[in-house]
Amino acid sequence: MNRTKGDEEEYWNSSKFKAFTFDDEDDELSQLKESKRAVNSLRDFVDDDDDDDLERVSWSGEPVGSISWSIKETAGNSGSSHEGREQLKSRNSFSSYAQLPKPTSTYSLSSFFRGRTRPGSFQSLSDALSDTPAKSYAPELGRPKGEYRVSYSIHWCDSFHMLFCQVCSLERFRSLQDKLQLLEEAVSMHDGNVITAVLIFLKRTLSKEILFRELEVRQVALRHLIHFLKEIGDQKLLLDLFRFLDRTEELALSHYREHLNIQDPDKRKEFLKTCIGLPFSAEDSAHIQDHYTLLERQIIIEANDRHLESAGQTEIFRKHPRKASILNMPLVTTLFYSCFYHYTEAEGTFSSPVNLKKTFKIPDKQYVLTALAARAKLRAWNDVDALFTTKNWLGYTKKRAPIGFHRVVEILHKNNAPVQILQEYVNLVEDVDTKLNLATKFKCHDVVIDTCRDLKDRQQLLAYRSKVDKGSAEEEKIDALLSSSQIRWKN
Amino acid sequence: MAFPHRPDAPELPDFSMLKRLARDQLIYLLEQLPGKKDLFIEADLMSPLDRIANVSILKQHEVDKLYKVENKPALSSSEQLCFLVRPRIKNMRYIASLVNADKLAGRTRKYKVIFSPQKFYACEMVLEEEGIYGDVSCDEWAFSLLPLDVDLLSMELPEFFRDYFLEGDQRWINTVAQALHLLSTLYGPFPNCYGIGRCAKMAYELWRNLEEEEDGETKGRRPEIGHIFLLDRDVDFVTALCSQVVYEGLVDDTFRIKCGSVDFGPEVTSCDKSLKVLLNAEDKVFNEIRNEHFSNVFGFLSQKARNLQAQYDRRRGMDIKQMKNFVSQELKGLKQEHRLLSLHIGACESIMKKKTKQDFQELIKTEHALLEGFNIRESTSYIEEHIDRQVSPIESLRLMCLLSITENGLIPKDYRSLKTQYLQSYGPEHLLTFSNLRRAGLLTEQAPGDTLTAVESKVSKLVTDKAAGKITDAFSSLAKRSNFRAISKKLNLIPRVDGEYDLKVPRDMAYVFSGAYVPLSCRIIEQVLERRSWQGLDEVVRLLNCSDFAFTDMTKEDKASSESLRLILVVFLGGCTFSEISALRFLGREKGYRFIFLTTAVTNSARLMEAMSEVKA
Repeated sequence: MNRTKGDEEEYWNSSKFKAFTFDDEDDELSQLKESKRAVNSLRDFVDDDDDDDLERVSWSGEPVGSISWSIKETAGNSGSSHEGREQLKSRNSFSSYAQLPKPTSTYSLSSFFRGRTRPGSFQSLSDALSDTPAKSYAPELGRPKGEYRVSYSIHWCDSFHMLFCQVCSLERFRSLQDKLQLLEEAVSMHDGNVITAVLIFLKRTLSKEILFRELEVRQVALRHLIHFLKEIGDQKLLLDLFRFLDRTEELALSHYREHLNIQDPDKRKEFLKTCIGLPFSAEDSAHIQDHYTLLERQIIIEANDRHLESAGQTEIFRKHPRKASILNMPLVTTLFYSCFYHYTEAEGTFSSPVNLKKTFKIPDKQYVLTALAARAKLRAWNDVDALFTTKNWLGYTKKRAPIGFHRVVEILHKNNAPVQILQEYVNLVEDVDTKLNLATKFKCHDVVIDTCRDLKDRQQLLAYRSKVDKGSAEEEKIDALLSSSQIRWKN
Repeated sequence: MAFPHRPDAPELPDFSMLKRLARDQLIYLLEQLPGKKDLFIEADLMSPLDRIANVSILKQHEVDKLYKVENKPALSSSEQLCFLVRPRIKNMRYIASLVNADKLAGRTRKYKVIFSPQKFYACEMVLEEEGIYGDVSCDEWAFSLLPLDVDLLSMELPEFFRDYFLEGDQRWINTVAQALHLLSTLYGPFPNCYGIGRCAKMAYELWRNLEEEEDGETKGRRPEIGHIFLLDRDVDFVTALCSQVVYEGLVDDTFRIKCGSVDFGPEVTSCDKSLKVLLNAEDKVFNEIRNEHFSNVFGFLSQKARNLQAQYDRRRGMDIKQMKNFVSQELKGLKQEHRLLSLHIGACESIMKKKTKQDFQELIKTEHALLEGFNIRESTSYIEEHIDRQVSPIESLRLMCLLSITENGLIPKDYRSLKTQYLQSYGPEHLLTFSNLRRAGLLTEQAPGDTLTAVESKVSKLVTDKAAGKITDAFSSLAKRSNFRAISKKLNLIPRVDGEYDLKVPRDMAYVFSGAYVPLSCRIIEQVLERRSWQGLDEVVRLLNCSDFAFTDMTKEDKASSESLRLILVVFLGGCTFSEISALRFLGREKGYRFIFLTTAVTNSARLMEAMSEVKA
């Protein structure tokens, strides 16, 4: 649907979505609050003996008697019982003389090829079912187990027929041709479990090269093998497979994935180093290099800061103890950390924000956002100020924000900046409507009043009068303006 | 408010039978291991199990203690151990470690593994490799259909999505076929079948094979459900990626509904403990607001609150006898209603607070712009800012995917810069997540071509030829062009705006997205049901890359009653969202149908993204 520009504006300005605004707290929320009050007022009357129709709920919120609840109970109780363990020990010595149980499983390889036999019959349960319509709906449920003959055999070729009717294993399929036919039949059935089963057999009975070669032209089977290798964690064969298929990027990613299993930071760093030369795409190569460099930096910073913190000499660490280690954190978090603890450091040190910015080519916007958040959190308003101050060649200072001052205001507000500070930045917002909205939202009275005055909007000013405190300086200011004869109000 | 069904709407079949079947089957399996035993349950199976059984049932069948399967040594002293697990390799390794530790200690016990919903050969292989094949007995508990509500059946298999749509593993297709087979045994054959998607087609064929093998079982039965519609999740990723604004969807997005119940924290319950609440048609208050656009919910709740107040107030003028009547007959109902009402009011309040804080309005605006395809630059910079400010990683990823699918991939320059910033904000290891998303076709780069400068295309050509080219080939079957814009036009997914869209009186399914977008999946279903075939939809099917995977199968049976022909079972392979459920419930009310939903799991945008994410939180 092509809309003209005019359409678009009309579209957004139309009342279509106004019915549902999360920003508009006044209307809906107050309605909600009202109903909540109404409901709560009834509580005294209702809450006397609620137990009768309430589920019994334990401290954790799970209904008592539910399985999840009960498991938590066992987890809580076990382990503490010393007696139990003693018992266990003594019983152990006896049971070692007991006979080994016979293997109860009668499943042969081929049994699962037989489609799925339903586990057991429902004979023992027929009593429970007899008074329900279930029995007539599902007559097969009453049949004894032996009568199940669920099999795919009717549709299959002879060799498969043999497989189903006799109990025989896949070992019969010895020629490559038979094996491949077996695989193709499995694929044509669509059942992934069967495909994987055949692949496991082929993997065991064919050389790697032959298996890989045949799978290259059988994509469905190939995907199953790849997933299977991932699941059982046969990384070596998986990498061999990717190498054979010349899927270099997957090979590289697959190798890189292993770093997630390495906990020790130094070992992880060393491992990442081995990833750098891998055949990633040009773009990803840069990301891998950055990952390595980042962790290398973090290890240095972490060691240094842990030392500083425990020495207790540095004010910032005493005032704001670190909540977590910086290891393995994202770059932006690291930048925030460094803006928080190492803001004033010279570019030469690894932990300085400027150094991070240069090393990782962090865009201006991102840098300013992060630095602002960090310095605002520390309530270092001078630093905030400096962040946006630029000097022109004549030496005049000017405020400039690559992220837009409306964002600056929001971030400052989130960090509980005082009104004077907020006001200063609200004033820098260029768009008048946005400015007025923000000023109203964050109660920057002066900005609202001045803006109304500049807009010569008497009505809005009048309306705003009800929002400021009675007898406050703001109210006086509004009254003075309203009664002023200097202004030519537009309404 | 809360539209009633048309008087001629068909009755839903009774699905509680499925619960009974599952419970009885489990009991049967437990009886196969007579005597006292400890039961180890996999975490993911606990909630589904809770819905069909309870501790006392387990105790009756000599289950002594219950444990969670987790990577810790077991402290059980029982002579018999029973494991109730999903067929996963890591579970097999856990069981093997227990059994082998026992062996080392010279201890013999009986072990039984019950796989739900089925056993995989790869699991048995691990048992064999670990040398415990034969020491443990294996069984299957075919519990694959959990009725979460009167019209909603869930297979509770969230991993279906990743296994099939990312890894291309078809292991769950048989499970789906088995589930469909069970339904047709219990509720009669389905005279009309439709489907779209590669997986849908395979599941359908496998199911048909099963039916033919057990010939005669369903023959002669009168069909209860007239139509079945199978649909792959990748036919419509867009709908699943949108923020939900109908109440049930919003509750799911905000608090995560798990297995039909939700944990309301202290901020909702306004006391110091959390409360687990079942959300289904039995909750009278919830049932009336679940399908409503969120903006209608407040009005409804306050009306309800006023009514309740009035009913309580009636007792003021009562004499003793009337009071006695009131207490014995009405009070209980009123109290129940009161409890529910205050819970949902609390939930609304908490949702409002959260959404106001995260600038939901702005977010929705961006989503709508993406759906309609204008102001793409603005939306892109909105996403960029999202990333720069380290707003939730899942949310940023979701928006990028939405941008990619609606625009047939990102412009290479944007792709590179958003990816770089994402890795800087949320961690370099997400490189793996991006690779997954590309493979699944959720987040792609437009093919380098006319949009590039000469130098850029030269550079990227060098790269492409060497490495990327092969990869693109290998995955071309999975990842494909989305053509969303063209499909949207063809199917009229963006309703014309003339005047205000009255969300209180919805005129079409678009109301589930504030009137801005008709869910693609639901529109396809609507169109096919209207025509009783894919006729005239060839172009749409082609644009969906499903030319070989759209099918119809009608049996010329006249046994189907007109009532059953208005009952439709919709099967979502890879998950469906509450918004889609609400939209189809709406369609049903308009047309006099009733929909029944069968999904591999209930999903939402966050779950889809987490399934693709390589770094687990």
